[in-house]
Amino acid sequence: MGMTMTQKILAAHAGLDSVTAGQLIEAKLDLVLGNDVTTPVAINEFDKIGCKTVFDRTKVAIVPDHFTPNKDIKAAEQAKKVREFARKHDIENYFEVGCMGIEHALLPEKGLVVAGDVVIGADSHTCTYGALGAFSTGIGSTDMAAGMASGTAWFKVPSAIKFVLKNKLSGWASGKDVILHIIGMIGVDGALYQSMEFTGPGLASIDIDGRFTIANMAIEAGAKNGIFPVDKVALKYLKEHGKRPNRIYEADPDAEYERVIEIDLAAIKPTVAFPHLPSNTKTIDEAKGLKIDQVVIGSCTNGRIQDLRIAAKILKGRSVSKDIRCIIFPATQKIYLQAVKEGLAEIFVKAGVAFSTPTCGPCLGGHMGILAKGERALATTNRNFVGRMGHPESEVYLSNPAIAAASAITGVITDPDDLPRK
Amino acid sequence: MKAHGHVFKYGDNVDTDVIIPARYLNTSDAKELAAHCMEDIDADFVSKVKEGDIMVATRNFGCGSSREHAPLAIKTAGISCVIAATFARIFYRNSINIGLPILECPEAVDGINAGDEVEVDFDTGKITNVTSGKTFQAQPFPAFMQEIIKADGLVNQLRAKLA
Repeated sequence: MGMTMTQKILAAHAGLDSVTAGQLIEAKLDLVLGNDVTTPVAINEFDKIGCKTVFDRTKVAIVPDHFTPNKDIKAAEQAKKVREFARKHDIENYFEVGCMGIEHALLPEKGLVVAGDVVIGADSHTCTYGALGAFSTGIGSTDMAAGMASGTAWFKVPSAIKFVLKNKLSGWASGKDVILHIIGMIGVDGALYQSMEFTGPGLASIDIDGRFTIANMAIEAGAKNGIFPVDKVALKYLKEHGKRPNRIYEADPDAEYERVIEIDLAAIKPTVAFPHLPSNTKTIDEAKGLKIDQVVIGSCTNGRIQDLRIAAKILKGRSVSKDIRCIIFPATQKIYLQAVKEGLAEIFVKAGVAFSTPTCGPCLGGHMGILAKGERALATTNRNFVGRMGHPESEVYLSNPAIAAASAITGVITDPDDLPRK
Repeated sequence: MKAHGHVFKYGDNVDTDVIIPARYLNTSDAKELAAHCMEDIDADFVSKVKEGDIMVATRNFGCGSSREHAPLAIKTAGISCVIAATFARIFYRNSINIGLPILECPEAVDGINAGDEVEVDFDTGKITNVTSGKTFQAQPFPAFMQEIIKADGLVNQLRAKLA
C-alpha cells in the first residue's frame, strides 16, 4: 500500500522503508523549536534529564516572541532564563529582540526549515512549515526538552485527509479564507490526529504566503500537520531562503486517505469566524455591518509581506475610524523593513494605524492590544476562543487582512468592495 | 493505581486558553498556574476542587495551544484523571509526558454527571460511576505509552535511557 507525503517523510526519518497509519515510531529531528513561554518549562525538564548539552546546537531554535519586548517583570524573568540557556548551550539560532520575529514566519525566512524536514516546536502553530513540504508539528515543553536532549521524538503515524483544490481564488478571497472555509466545513476536530494534505491544480494560484497561512491553521481543525507538495512556488521560496538541501517527497499514487475533499477555490468568499471557535464561520455577506472596537493585522497567520501589501492597498489615502484602534504588526524584522522600503509603513501611520515591532502579544492576549469587557476585535490571527485576546467577555472575529483593513476604516465588519471609491 | 473523586463536567472543545489563560503564562510555577485553572469558564473550579477529583468532558478536550501549562495546571489543582470522548492531540501527548492520567471513553462521558462519585482503575481501564453503579471500559494505552506512564513521564524514561 502506498504512503502519503507525511508518511514518507516520517518513514525516512525513522529509518524505515514504509510506515502505516497508527504505527508508533521514533523519528530523527531536523529542528527543535521553542519560544519564551514554552522554553522555560522545557529548560526545567531538560535539566531533570541530566544531559550536559543539547544534541546539536545548530538544530535547536529559540525565539522569544510571545511576551517580548518584555511585557512585565515575570515575562522578563522568563526571557532571561531562556537567554541564559541559549548562551550556556551556544544555541546558534537564538533570536534576540531586534533580530527576532514571530517564530513561524522567522524560521522559513532564515532558511532553517527546508523541504523534507521533520520539525517539532513547542508552539501549536509549528505546523506552518508544511507549506514548504516539511513535516512539522506542535508539541509541548517536555517533548521539546526530550527533543533537545536526544534529537528524536516519538510519533503515531497519522492517517490523512486529502484536499483537492480546483480553479482559482477570486476577488478578496485568500489563503485565510480557504482554511477558514475548510475549518467551517469539517469542524475544529475535523482532522483530529490526521494530516491535511493540500493538492490539486488550484494550488498554482496560491502564493507561498497564502500557503503558510493555510498550513498554519491546520491545527485549528485538530490536525497533526498540514502539508503541500513541493512545486515551483515552494521551490522558488526554498531557493531564495533555504540553507540546507531539500529532500522532496511525493505522496504515492495509491496512498490511502480517510477522506478526499474537493474545494472549488472560485466559490470561496471572504470568510469571518465568529466567537468562540474558528469553525463558526460566515461569509462576508452574512458578517458585514457588525460593530467592532479593534482591528489587529499580523501574527504567524497573516503578518507576512503579502498580507501587509493587501492592507496597505486598502488603507492608502484613507483613515482608520475614530472608533477603532487598529494595530498592524509585521511578523519579522525583515518584513518590517520591507514594509518601510515599499512605503507601506507610511501608508499605515498616515491612516492612523499603530505600526508595531514583531510580537505574538495581541494574538494571545499577552500585551499590545488587550480587550476590555464587552469589546470586539476583528483580527487576522488564528483563534477566537473565550478570553483569547483579553477579558473573558470580549469577542474575537477572524478574517483575512483585506476585510480587517476595510473594517478598520468603517468601524464595522466591511467588504472592501463596499468602501466608497477614493 | 486507582483514582477516586467527584466529577467536574464540561462540554465540547474546552481549549487551553480557558484551561489556563495566556495572561498567566508569564510564569512556569505549577502552583501559580493551578490557582487560575479553568477560571474563564468555571470561576468556582479552583475553590471547589479537592485532591483526587476527576474531570470529565465531551469532544476535543484541550484543543488550541501547545502550552504544557494546561495539563500541569489541571494536575496541580488536584485532578487525578481526565476522561473525555476525545482529546486534542497535543494535549493528549503533553498529559502522557507529564504523567496526568487521561482516558478516552465516550460511553463513560455519557454516563457520568457533574458531581458524581467516580472510580478509575488505570491498570484495567475500568471506570465505575459509584453514584449510579454503572461501569464503563476505556481503551487501554498502547504498550509504548504505558512504558512512559510507568516511568512516571517522558523525562524519567529518557533519563533512565541515557544513563
